[in-house]
Amino acid sequence: MPTARRNAGVNLFLSRLLRLVAVLLAVTAASFAMISLLPGDLVTNMLGANATQADREAARQDLHLDDAVPVRYARWLGNAVQGDLGISYRTRQPVAEALGQRLGVTLELVLLSQLIALAFAIPMAIFGALRPGSILDRILSGVQLAMLATPGYLVAITLMAVFAVKLGWFDTTGFTHLTDDPLGNLKSLLLPSIALALEQVALYARILRTDLVATFDQDYIWYARAKGQPTKRIVLNHALRPSSIGLVTITGVSLGRMIGGTVLVEFIFALPGLGRFTIDAINNRDFMALQGSVVVLTVGFVVINFLVDILLGVIDPRIRAGGAK
Amino acid sequence: MSAHAHGGDAPEGALPRPRWGLAVYLSVAWLVLLVLAAVFADWLHLYKPDDTRAGIPLSVPTSHNWLGTDEIGRDLLSRTIYGSRVSIVVGLAAVLLSSVVGGFIGLIAGYYRKLVETFTLFSADVLMAFPTMLLAASIVAFTKSRGMATVVMVIALIYLGPTIRIVRALTLSIASREFVTAARSVGATNARTIRREILPNVIPTLMSMMVVAIAGAIVAEGGLAYLNLSVAPPQPTWGAMIAAGKPKLDKSLYPVLVPGGALFLTVLSLTLIGDAIQKRQARNLGVI
Repeated sequence: MPTARRNAGVNLFLSRLLRLVAVLLAVTAASFAMISLLPGDLVTNMLGANATQADREAARQDLHLDDAVPVRYARWLGNAVQGDLGISYRTRQPVAEALGQRLGVTLELVLLSQLIALAFAIPMAIFGALRPGSILDRILSGVQLAMLATPGYLVAITLMAVFAVKLGWFDTTGFTHLTDDPLGNLKSLLLPSIALALEQVALYARILRTDLVATFDQDYIWYARAKGQPTKRIVLNHALRPSSIGLVTITGVSLGRMIGGTVLVEFIFALPGLGRFTIDAINNRDFMALQGSVVVLTVGFVVINFLVDILLGVIDPRIRAGGAK
Repeated sequence: MSAHAHGGDAPEGALPRPRWGLAVYLSVAWLVLLVLAAVFADWLHLYKPDDTRAGIPLSVPTSHNWLGTDEIGRDLLSRTIYGSRVSIVVGLAAVLLSSVVGGFIGLIAGYYRKLVETFTLFSADVLMAFPTMLLAASIVAFTKSRGMATVVMVIALIYLGPTIRIVRALTLSIASREFVTAARSVGATNARTIRREILPNVIPTLMSMMVVAIAGAIVAEGGLAYLNLSVAPPQPTWGAMIAAGKPKLDKSLYPVLVPGGALFLTVLSLTLIGDAIQKRQARNLGVI
């Protein structure tokens, strides 16, 4: 019954979309409420105790502080949908504009680190899975466990100590934008990306290895072997795609996680990214900026998860039909 | 009627239990050493952790300062041992808190299903959609309370969502097994079924997850401390020590190396132990 199947797929898509919107609303409302219900006067928190009466009054007017919190949230949401996230009280810069400048750096960092992670994880997984339990497999899983156990910020500082401070191959601070100098940009992002990638390598390699081992035991792989197909062809043409469901899922999840998880590495390498922006907003009590970055980070996380669900359907038709569990 | 927690005796011809490897024993040894040092720090004849006259600033390891000193002459061994107290307490307490609370919510959601489940899963989704590190950082920064209790709660919050989801999934799969149906058909109440049939089967998996989660919680605490958003000075913390040592990396590696090494060994030990336990459990459960 193709029609019924297609309907199931469409329904799945719609219910996920609905859930996505609901989660977004709940998260922004929660963070708005959290900021609004903080102990102490919001204006004093934002402007500091030394602000003049006129400034305070202007800020109160600006933020419509005389309205109830739900009304203010509704107004903020109305503006946010149109791309207006308010104005930063520290820098007087529109929040959306500031976020736009920072988002690029973080996205570059995340994508580069994911590329590095996959480039190492996939071969590691394949070599481990070809002979499970062999010496190579055990060495690889030992290395992966150690990678899994090393916090990214520790890797970041170690890399900085060795390659930037001792060897002087990289600058310890400063950032070159992609538009100014692509090579310099790569250079200023390489160490931070490696620091972020290490944990992911282990995560991805372990998942893919397990799935590959299971796939290699399937009848059709034995058949391909019996036919005398070369191992390389079996791995690349037959085994990799059906084994990649877990990898795609976990890549998506950590991609979403990472957009908010680059904070420490950005901090250590003094990168002008979103994570650092948010920590500055927190430390400066710059609430509009904080609310704005919560939106961007959450949208990133939720939308990526949504896309992963769809991608999984593309890889495995059983999921698309809504029949797989 | 007892719970069939481990599925009875091993089947005929089953492989022997894998023995714990050397790495696991070494990991346990390191953790025991760390906890003993943290508990008995006051009796170890260490320098006071905030004594700036413990040695020459940024000294390499000497017979006086076994692991060197930091940028203002405090003893790194002493500070690392006293700092471990924060990591140990926060790691254990935060994970225990999130396991108890999240476990309870997950059990209820997975057992009663329906509206409770829908609402719980949605809440867990919202919690997990929040950028966790930033949520933790903002709570500590805004409440202006940098005590141990705040840090524990904030890090427990990070693990709440995933714990709820996992326990609910476990509960779902256990609740559909025969022994649960059997218990209910002879008239066990819901409360009794949860307590005597489901809980004993959830706990082993939850415990093995907790070991790995403690490692994660220690890493998270270190991250907050690096941002100066964990337990306030003068209490030393590993993350704050690493942050303080970073600008002086060109002069001395020890202020970063010593707390960083302790952090690495602790997290590695917990990861190795957690991994070994999970492998053993997977073998016990067999192929499901």
